[in-house]
Amino acid sequence: MEKTINITLKVWRQRGPQEKGFFETFELNNISTDSSFLEMLDVLNEKLINEGQEPVVFDHDCREGICGMCSLFVNGHPHGPDEDVTTCQLHMRKFRDGETITIEPWRSAGFPVIRDLMVDRSAFDKIMQAGGYVSVNTGGVPDANAIPISKKNADEAMDAASCIGCGACVAACKNGSAMLFVSAKVSQLALLPQGKVEAARRAKAMVAKMDELGFGNCTNTGACEAECPKSVSISNIARLNREFLCAKLQD
Amino acid sequence: MATTIDSKIPQGPLAEKWSFYKSHQKLVNPANKRRLDIIVVGTGLAGASAAASLGELGFNVLNFCIQDSPRRAHSIAAQGGINAAKNYQNDGDSVYRLFYDTIKGGDYRAREANVYRLAEVSNNIIDQCVAQGVPFARDYGGLLDNRSFGGAQVSRTFYAKGQTGQQLLLGAYSALSRQINKGTVKLFSRHEMLDVVVIDGRARGIIARDLVTGKVERYFGHAVVMATGGYGNTYFLSTNAMGSNGSVAMQAYRKGAYFANPCYAQIHPTCIPVHGDIQSKLTLMSESLRNDGRIWVPKKKEDAEAIRNGVKTANDIPDEDRDFYLERRYPAFGNLVPRDVASRAAKERCDAGFGVNATGKAVFLDFKYAIDRLGEDVVRARYGNLFQMYEKIVDDNPYKTPMMIFPAIHYTMGGIWVDYELQTSIKGLFSIGECNFSDHGANRLGASALMQGLADGYFVLPYTIQNYLSDQIQVPRMSTDLPEFIEAEKAVNDKIKKLMSIKGKHSVDSIHKELGHIMWEYVGMGRTKQSLETAMKKIKDLKKEFWSNVRIPGDANTLNTELEKALRLSDFLEIGYLMALDSLDREESCGGHFREEYQTPEGEALRQDDKFSYVSCWHYQGEDKDPELLKEELNYEFVQRQTRNYKS
Repeated sequence: MEKTINITLKVWRQRGPQEKGFFETFELNNISTDSSFLEMLDVLNEKLINEGQEPVVFDHDCREGICGMCSLFVNGHPHGPDEDVTTCQLHMRKFRDGETITIEPWRSAGFPVIRDLMVDRSAFDKIMQAGGYVSVNTGGVPDANAIPISKKNADEAMDAASCIGCGACVAACKNGSAMLFVSAKVSQLALLPQGKVEAARRAKAMVAKMDELGFGNCTNTGACEAECPKSVSISNIARLNREFLCAKLQD
Repeated sequence: MATTIDSKIPQGPLAEKWSFYKSHQKLVNPANKRRLDIIVVGTGLAGASAAASLGELGFNVLNFCIQDSPRRAHSIAAQGGINAAKNYQNDGDSVYRLFYDTIKGGDYRAREANVYRLAEVSNNIIDQCVAQGVPFARDYGGLLDNRSFGGAQVSRTFYAKGQTGQQLLLGAYSALSRQINKGTVKLFSRHEMLDVVVIDGRARGIIARDLVTGKVERYFGHAVVMATGGYGNTYFLSTNAMGSNGSVAMQAYRKGAYFANPCYAQIHPTCIPVHGDIQSKLTLMSESLRNDGRIWVPKKKEDAEAIRNGVKTANDIPDEDRDFYLERRYPAFGNLVPRDVASRAAKERCDAGFGVNATGKAVFLDFKYAIDRLGEDVVRARYGNLFQMYEKIVDDNPYKTPMMIFPAIHYTMGGIWVDYELQTSIKGLFSIGECNFSDHGANRLGASALMQGLADGYFVLPYTIQNYLSDQIQVPRMSTDLPEFIEAEKAVNDKIKKLMSIKGKHSVDSIHKELGHIMWEYVGMGRTKQSLETAMKKIKDLKKEFWSNVRIPGDANTLNTELEKALRLSDFLEIGYLMALDSLDREESCGGHFREEYQTPEGEALRQDDKFSYVSCWHYQGEDKDPELLKEELNYEFVQRQTRNYKS
């Protein structure tokens, strides 16, 4: 049977990237514990609109944990307190009746705030554009079964490729490092024969772009792996370091 | 005004049409490509693959998306897989068989030539994706693995865990990123197209709003490609993403492009049931689950009632008291019947009082038998991420108790009409992927949406668009200060101003939910003349309510998410009406369109081939006027139309 809770929200409001932000407090009653976190925010926004106020702005789209559009730093955790989920898959049953929930945007030099809880993650696109691909044109490629790939490597590449580009790793990292994100793509392609050909160039180009865009370095705290909604492993960072080092040695 | 519809199907035998077309079409030489601008709207599988491929060819591409990154497009959420006629499993597959299954699955309402081409290029897609580094599932020998999907008796579906759409989209996104880096594609993220600009009968650009600054801008292109997906969110609750919308299609429609078969909407049988009033979307559980899951409801009404009241659970019902209704009704295909058939069968059981869940609107999808047969490890390896998703949403362990599922709106087969070249009825305006109507007829088979999106984007449009552009090489880039651009921008600004000035009482979402209720109730899984007439009246009233009583806080000249939603809803209201109108016209049942007046004694869809073997093409006639219906007759030259039979 449906259970409901009453909660207090402390939500970060910020008009624009250059403006000063602040926390605003809201009370919400009778929130169904079966509803998702974002549905709870929908209820808040419906209330604000009905009261003639502007709704809280946040990024979201697929609401099934795969597009990587939703973000939110909830009670000190990227994507909230539940494990292996994005904010859109977080459900209100994870919160207690009477609880105060603090909601902040991703905070990182690489991700400036656009408004309220919405941030600009176009830096991730720029890193990908620097080298996150295999350089093949459409057509003129060999048959898909021409090159056998061991199941182990294919599975490992798939695990790395499951990154959704949400930026939780950067938000979780005290250095604001994007190493988990970069290493996931470098690993995926380095593990496959199709990507191996330009692995060295890729590792160098993506790391250089990451540095240029103001992301910090990795000090192996492991916060990124712990907070990653897709459980992308930190061993990918080790592989990135190896690929990067090999590439540099070849120079 | 042309009223005869020319689909430009090339001559010759079915299997040679596409080769014939390619060898006779006109091309654009490399030096001229650089001088031609192409606008591609959307960055899903179709949009991203098209933008990347056109950029590689040397065209100057402008690519728009409403999200913060091209990788967010909703293609990313496709789970199960992508079909191709590789016949790697040696189980009897062929290009012809994929073509035939797709035609049959679409209930004989698709164009033969388009579908054959789709099946023909399907194999190239798999090669392309592997070359890009898409990590498809493999066997221990290192070769690609396949699974089976609904409506097929072969295993032709390639997959990457339960995240195939994600991996394919990231493949296309990486190709796109490479072109952005090279400068052949310019990306405009967080930009929403709000109108198409037509000059002398040809599409020459778009009006788009920068969603961050609120600024309305003008962009020129020698051609415009729409790849903006389907209109399933007309129902408010669907498996689509929150931002998915049909507005670009409606903009084209209002400028004279035909809207084809709007009534064909796919209702997916395996979605997580609705939990309550504040629900914002429905989550799909991949069709691939029907490979190993068995669908059932209790045989006895009292058991169903006991489950609804929480007195009994699924595990209390012994095997002999379980009704595996798909296996019972369709022995040949069993749990792997096409989606429309599975959805209607679930509705039939629930309507008859055998539904489960507190609402009575759910059926069981049970993995007990697969776990007994294969072991939990194998089931976990195949579907682990889907099971985890289910558990997070429902708070129930599907390894121990069966999943509960119910049909939900998932995909729209209808869309903007295109000819064989994927060109709409406006010259220079193209439509690809789910946004067009072309390949799925009245029902799409599972794992075919990814196939069509990538076929259009990688292998069809990059050819056919050149046939159009070859005589545009003399056309210089036009100024966006031309009166047509200024007029279109003004119309957009006027619409925005009008919406902002209403300052009514109801939020956009509350009106959208109301539209969703009307659509699901009266234009849903079972439609009647009466229900459709009711829907049309109710939608008209709701449209009035929207235009007089919607409340949009904030300003238009800055980021305003409520304004974005209101603009989309204004179009959903029109689409909803169009869907009802088309459903009313189509006095037959076919695929996803089920008119209760037309069914066999066993409750199967009853087509009326003598009267309705046509594509309904709706031609806009002006605000508040019913559109004109034009018909593209479907001539089946190569396949004998039959009643779909999944029983034997």
